[in-house]
Amino acid sequence: MSDKTVVTVTVNGEEQEALIEPRLLLVHLIRETLHLTGTHIGCDTSSCGACTVLLDGRPVKSCTVLAVQANGREVTTVEGLEGPDGLHPVQEGFKEEHGLQCGYCTPGMMMTSVALLAENPNPSEQEIREAISGNLCRCTGYVNIVKAVQYAAAKEGATA
Amino acid sequence: MTAATESTVQGAIGQSPKRVEDDRFIRGRGSYVDDVQLPGMLFMAIYRSPFAHATINSIDCSRALAMPGVLACITGKDLEAHGLAWMPTLAGDTQAVLATDKVRFQGQEVVCVIAKTQYQAEDALEGIDVDYDPLPVIVDPGKAMDADAPIIRSDLEGKADNHIFTWESGDADATERVFQEADLVVKLDTLYPRIHPAPMETCGCVSDYNTATGKMTVHLTSQAPHAHRTLFALVAGLPEQKIRIISPDVGGGFGNKVPIYPGYVVATAASLLIGKPVKWIESRSENLISTGFARDYHMSGELAATKDGKMLGLRANVLADHGAFNAQAQPSKWPAGFFNIATGSYDFKAAYCKVDGVYTNKAPGGIAYRCSFRVTEAAYLIERLVENLALETGIDAAEIRRRNFIQPDQFPYRSPMGWEYDSGDYEKALNIALDLVGYEELRKEQAAKRERGEIMGIGFSSFTEIVGAGMSKICDIAGLAMIDSAELRIHPTGKGVLKLGVQSQGQGHETTFAQIVANELGIPSDDIAVEHGDTDHTPYGLGTYASRSTPTGGAATAIVARKLREKARQIAAHMLECAPDDLEFDSGTFSVKGSPDQKKTVQECIFAAYQPGLPEGMENGFEDVTYYDAPEMTYPFGTYICVVDVDKGTGEVKVRKFVAVDDCGTRINPMIVDGQIHGGLTQGFGTAMMELISFDEDGNCFGGNFMDYLIPTAVESPSWTLGECTTPSPHHPIGAKGVGESPTVGSPQAFVNAVVDALSPYGVTNIDMPLSAHKVWKALRDAGVSDE
Ligand code: FES
Ligand code: FES
Repeated sequence: MSDKTVVTVTVNGEEQEALIEPRLLLVHLIRETLHLTGTHIGCDTSSCGACTVLLDGRPVKSCTVLAVQANGREVTTVEGLEGPDGLHPVQEGFKEEHGLQCGYCTPGMMMTSVALLAENPNPSEQEIREAISGNLCRCTGYVNIVKAVQYAAAKEGATA
Repeated sequence: MTAATESTVQGAIGQSPKRVEDDRFIRGRGSYVDDVQLPGMLFMAIYRSPFAHATINSIDCSRALAMPGVLACITGKDLEAHGLAWMPTLAGDTQAVLATDKVRFQGQEVVCVIAKTQYQAEDALEGIDVDYDPLPVIVDPGKAMDADAPIIRSDLEGKADNHIFTWESGDADATERVFQEADLVVKLDTLYPRIHPAPMETCGCVSDYNTATGKMTVHLTSQAPHAHRTLFALVAGLPEQKIRIISPDVGGGFGNKVPIYPGYVVATAASLLIGKPVKWIESRSENLISTGFARDYHMSGELAATKDGKMLGLRANVLADHGAFNAQAQPSKWPAGFFNIATGSYDFKAAYCKVDGVYTNKAPGGIAYRCSFRVTEAAYLIERLVENLALETGIDAAEIRRRNFIQPDQFPYRSPMGWEYDSGDYEKALNIALDLVGYEELRKEQAAKRERGEIMGIGFSSFTEIVGAGMSKICDIAGLAMIDSAELRIHPTGKGVLKLGVQSQGQGHETTFAQIVANELGIPSDDIAVEHGDTDHTPYGLGTYASRSTPTGGAATAIVARKLREKARQIAAHMLECAPDDLEFDSGTFSVKGSPDQKKTVQECIFAAYQPGLPEGMENGFEDVTYYDAPEMTYPFGTYICVVDVDKGTGEVKVRKFVAVDDCGTRINPMIVDGQIHGGLTQGFGTAMMELISFDEDGNCFGGNFMDYLIPTAVESPSWTLGECTTPSPHHPIGAKGVGESPTVGSPQAFVNAVVDALSPYGVTNIDMPLSAHKVWKALRDAGVSDE
């Protein structure tokens, strides 16, 4: 196999260094090397979004990004959402509005939602549906996920 | 059912506490099988057949074995030496674990590679060389019984055809007589296509053999961990006390995680032989091409009626495509599941059905995808026939249902094919749905649109489900009675643990089952921790599928809580120096009838249960266990109405409104019930509109990844208007019937009936699912409709 290489990635605010194969996918760096298993894998065709994380604040499907592409950059995973003041409004919204069932799609869904609200703090239902259209959920039927994002938007609006 | 006074205890039935399981999921702290990382863990990848039917001449793994990190390549021959090349299926057939003689479907497991890393295991698949001789392929089940058809199961001694079973139900002669008398007969040939449950988490396991203790721990994506432990014991010959199945958080199941798959068996055998943990997680493509598909029922239905729309008789003939191995998951005595529930919500004089199962060169199955054993296909057939009867007679689709419903005073109702329905008020559900949708206005709008040449349709489904198996006298799986269990242990401080034999895959059992305890025992649901999914720590049960958790495990929970309530009552009476019968129980407090100040809380009684000074002969402690064998099935029902607009130019179907009125008996947590219905309706929408696993003539699978197998995204998924009515089950301890599957069982035909209704002015009487824009467009063009 090809020679290993060192990457330095800031994950959830902490700088991490790892010696990896250049072909290692970001999702595997996160899950296997750093043991942050909240980021899930649901497909092999970049279709499901279960693996969504933020790379420098923008949502990416981490199964479709090489770990080396994250070198020197900042990654936020679901484990980084909760702050010293408690749950992120999006996390709270998913619980309050019953926006999850099996929970498998949930981390990716929440990361996409966080990115949406950063860009568009007051999205319409249609905008929410389009924003999460790259994230598949087999359990909820999306109605309550939309409500969860709206809950978070309202909450963030109130505290902004 | 005993009518309980409404409890005011936190979390009691009817309240919607937020889900306790969410606290870990929203933090990314769930624990799914792929999250299990053990020291020294090895990884397994599976080399699969590219052919649908081919003889294996030779398998050469030498190139793979020379690749970095590769420790072993396991073939069928290797397994044969341990008697493991074949395994029994839940349906009493055998299935190749790894192919020895030939491959029988594309994607079949041939070689397993064990390596130090996942990447190395997958790299090594390129180093497997198999020499095949392709054989003729059967894709069309209609050709499986042709005289010149190749024999797929040449491994079965004396097998000279591709027939699996023929199963009949009902009275053929009586049905024929009714058909002779009828004014008219409506016929429908329809395919309920092959689809896949596709939970977001695929299947997999981590098998961990402890060489010191001889104990095998298998972390497994399992909907039925206890049954799987027993099957592992039977298949692998391991002593059952040395097997522990842990089904941690499961990322959706929907029936996909009921069977045992070859990957589980090989990973477990590999761990046993190598003495290290072995992880196998299938990819999405592997999940779609090789694990339990659903449906694939080719149905011919006939409905006999009078000209004023009174239904008399039903007859159905089904060709069931089970793929290369009969690996369907149905109760043992039911080769076609409960397909004979096909008379649905209607009072027929006579009915008869016949189902033939055949082998084809396709992935084995079929499993009950969010379905209680073929009720989905049955409900589809009857509701499609009723729609066509309405078209044929010109009687309104709501009215024709109303005229034929089983009436409330007919319950318990014995159906012509032998089921005893517990309770129902079908017209009530229909009326609520009609109101919610604004039916009269819609029909007026439709008439006006038709004048203008616009296409709009309204589709109904007034379905009846049969769930909660249940009934060990007629239902077992591999000989195991379909009971379920609950063990309740309350600690001295009044807080405790409920352990279940059923297994959540997102249904929220940790919340709802604690609510049943809250209701029955008066302890806040927040004070009850629910455990499931670890066979070393929970009582035996048959697992979660077929909407059976609440009907069976829920019943067991209510009963065990009642047993303990009686113990608490004895203690309270002892402390209050009165007779137990002099006490009233309300929301967790026993009080003396007539002197309500004389009282003890259930928590006080529980603390006393751990103290000296109990009533004469009573043991200390506060725990009990119940195994529940349901006396009957439960029969949830409802009416769904779908309104669609069809684009003449493109064939695109837009769901404008969908009303769903469900009656699932008592609702434990209304928020969770609504969530289940949302999810099931969306799956039904996917079935009706987009999902399909198909094959070319060589048996190549189309639909083997999420770019080809389309499941609904947030953009095309409709919103839902929900309504409810409540007709409790008379034989269930809390009157609950179960709800998980009603929406997948009930909804697909509502979408299809709406589109058939929309296109009926052009003479269209059937379109098979999925109703892609292209199919609808083609139906319109075939009917001579142009864009303008
Ligand atoms: S795992 Fe499905 S998109 Fe990344
Ligand atoms: S909650 Fe199960 S996939 Fe979304």
